[in-house]
Amino acid sequence: MIRIEQAIKRYGQTCVVDGVTLTLPAGGVTSIVGPNGAGKSTLLAMISRLLGMDGGAISVGGLDVTKTPGDVLARRLSILRQDNSLTARLTVRDLVAFGRYPHSKGRMTDDDARRIEEALAYLDLKPLADRFLDELSGGLRQRAFVAMVLCQDTEYMMFDEPLNNLDIKHAVTMMRLLRRAADELGKTVVVVLHDINFASCHSDRIVAMQDGRVLCQGTPQEIVRPDVLEAIYGTSFVVQEIGGKRIATYFE
Amino acid sequence: MRHDGRRDARALRTLVLTGGLAALACVLFMTLGARGNWSFVLPFRATKLAAMLLVAYSIAVSTVLFQTITNNRILTPSIMGFDALYVLIQTCLVFALGAGTVSALDPRTMFVFECAVMVLFSCLLYRWLFSGGLRSLHLLMLVGVIFGVLFRSVSGFLQRVIDPNEFIVLQDRLFASFNGIDPSLLGISAVLVAAASLFALRIFHTFDVMVLGRDTAIGLGIDHRRTTTVILVIVAVLVSVSTALVGPVTFFGLLVASLAYQILPTSRHRLILPVAVFIGTATLVGGQLVLERIFAFDTALGIIIEFAGGLVFLILVVRGALR
Repeated sequence: MIRIEQAIKRYGQTCVVDGVTLTLPAGGVTSIVGPNGAGKSTLLAMISRLLGMDGGAISVGGLDVTKTPGDVLARRLSILRQDNSLTARLTVRDLVAFGRYPHSKGRMTDDDARRIEEALAYLDLKPLADRFLDELSGGLRQRAFVAMVLCQDTEYMMFDEPLNNLDIKHAVTMMRLLRRAADELGKTVVVVLHDINFASCHSDRIVAMQDGRVLCQGTPQEIVRPDVLEAIYGTSFVVQEIGGKRIATYFE
Repeated sequence: MRHDGRRDARALRTLVLTGGLAALACVLFMTLGARGNWSFVLPFRATKLAAMLLVAYSIAVSTVLFQTITNNRILTPSIMGFDALYVLIQTCLVFALGAGTVSALDPRTMFVFECAVMVLFSCLLYRWLFSGGLRSLHLLMLVGVIFGVLFRSVSGFLQRVIDPNEFIVLQDRLFASFNGIDPSLLGISAVLVAAASLFALRIFHTFDVMVLGRDTAIGLGIDHRRTTTVILVIVAVLVSVSTALVGPVTFFGLLVASLAYQILPTSRHRLILPVAVFIGTATLVGGQLVLERIFAFDTALGIIIEFAGGLVFLILVVRGALR
C-alpha cells in the first residue's frame, strides 16, 4: 500500500504539489492523469524519493520513503523516469544487469544471471541483448529500461510517462506489459499517463490531478465520463463504449 | 554470450596493451641515454619517475571519477578552479612573503598547507552547494568556472603589481615541471593518494551505477548525495596532490580519460580506471622522455601535453562527443 499524507512540494512561490493525501492499495495498475503542470510527475518522484518533500509524509509498503535507507527501498520500489539519457556505452544486457544491483551490490550470483535472462526474455530483448543502447531506436531503448526495472524485481513499480516517444504498437505493447506485470507477477504498478484512453483501457484505478491536488479518483468507469474529464482537462469530451472499454474523444 | 566474450577479450587486450606501453615508457625513461654512473642515474631518474607515476595516477583517476559524477565527458576537475586556486595560493605567498622567504620555507609544510587549502576549499564549496535547496551539479560547475575566473583575475592582478624579479621566480614555480620536484614531498603525496584510493575502493561498486545518472542511481538504492560528496573529496585530494606536485596540467586529464573511453568497448570502471592510469603513465613518461631526449629541455612538459591535449579536445568537439 502506498500512503501519501499532505504531501507538499514548492518551487519558490509556486506550489507544484499542494497537500496531496492519497492511498493506493497494493496490486493492480494505477494511472495518474491530468493536464500539464498538474504535479503528476512531481508526485511520482516524491513517492520514489527522487525528490524531497516540503511537507507531509509518504510511505510505501509501510516504509517511510524519506527515512528508509535508499538500498532497502530499492528492493521494494523501482522507478523509471521519462528522460533516460546515458553517457555510458552499455549493451542491453549490461543495462538490465544493473537492475540486480540493489540485490547483489555488484557481485552477481547465478540467480542474478538467471533473472537477467528472464527479464530479457520477458521483453523479447534476447536477440538484441548484446547490442549497444545507442544503436537502438527510442522504443527499444525504452524497453531495455523497463527490463532493468523488471529485473530489479520490486513489489512496487513506478513509471513516469512510459509511452513518451513510443509509436502506437510499442505503446500498446508497453501497457500490456505493465498489465502483465500486475496480473502475472503480482506487482503494484503506478504509471503517469497523458493518454486518457490508455489509462481507461489498461488500469484498475485512475487518479486525476489538477493544480497540484487530487481532483478525483476511481475506476475507469467512474472517471472516464464527459463531465469528469471536462473538469480535469478543461475541454469537452465525447465518451463512447467500445468493446466494454470507455473511449474518450476530444478532437472536435 | 559469445558476443560478450569477444568484448571481454578485446577489453583485456586493451588493458594489457596499454599496460605494456606504460611499462615500456617507464623502462625507456630509466635506461635511455644513461651515461656515467648507474648508481647516480637510477635513483635520480627513479625519483622523477615516481613523481610522474603519482601524478599520472592522480589525474587519471580524479578525472574519470569527476566525469562519472557529473555524467559529462568533457568536464575535468580543473573546471572547478583547482589549478587557478593553486596559482592564487602561490601568488599570494610570493606576494605576501617575498620570493626569498617562500623559497626558504620547508617544502613539506608548504605542500601540506597547499593541499589542505585546496581540499578545504572544495569541501566548503560542495557542502555549501549541497546543503542548499539547489543540488544541481550544473550550478556547481558554474560556480567552479566563476571561482576559476576570480582566482585567475586576482592572481593576474597580484602578478602585475609584484616585483618583476619575484614574478620570474613565481612563473617558474607555476609551470608543470618534473625537474623541480622535491623528493621529500613524494612520501606525503603517496600517503595521501593511497588514503584516497582506499576510500575509493570501498565504494568502488557504486561508480558504475553513478554513471547512469542521479535518478536511476537513486532508484537502484545509491545514496546519491553522500556518494557524490565522497567522490568529490577523493577527487579534491587527488587533484591537490597532482597540482601541488607539478602545477596545473589542464588538458592532461581530459586527454587520458577520453582516450580510455575511446579505445575500450565498455565503460566499466574496473577497466576504464586502470586503462586511464596506463595511458596517463605512458603519455606523461613518454612526454618527459621526448622533452628530455628530443627537445633537450628546451620546452616545458605542460606545453607538449597541452598541445596534444588541445588537439584531442578539438577532435572530440568536432566529432560531436560534446554533451
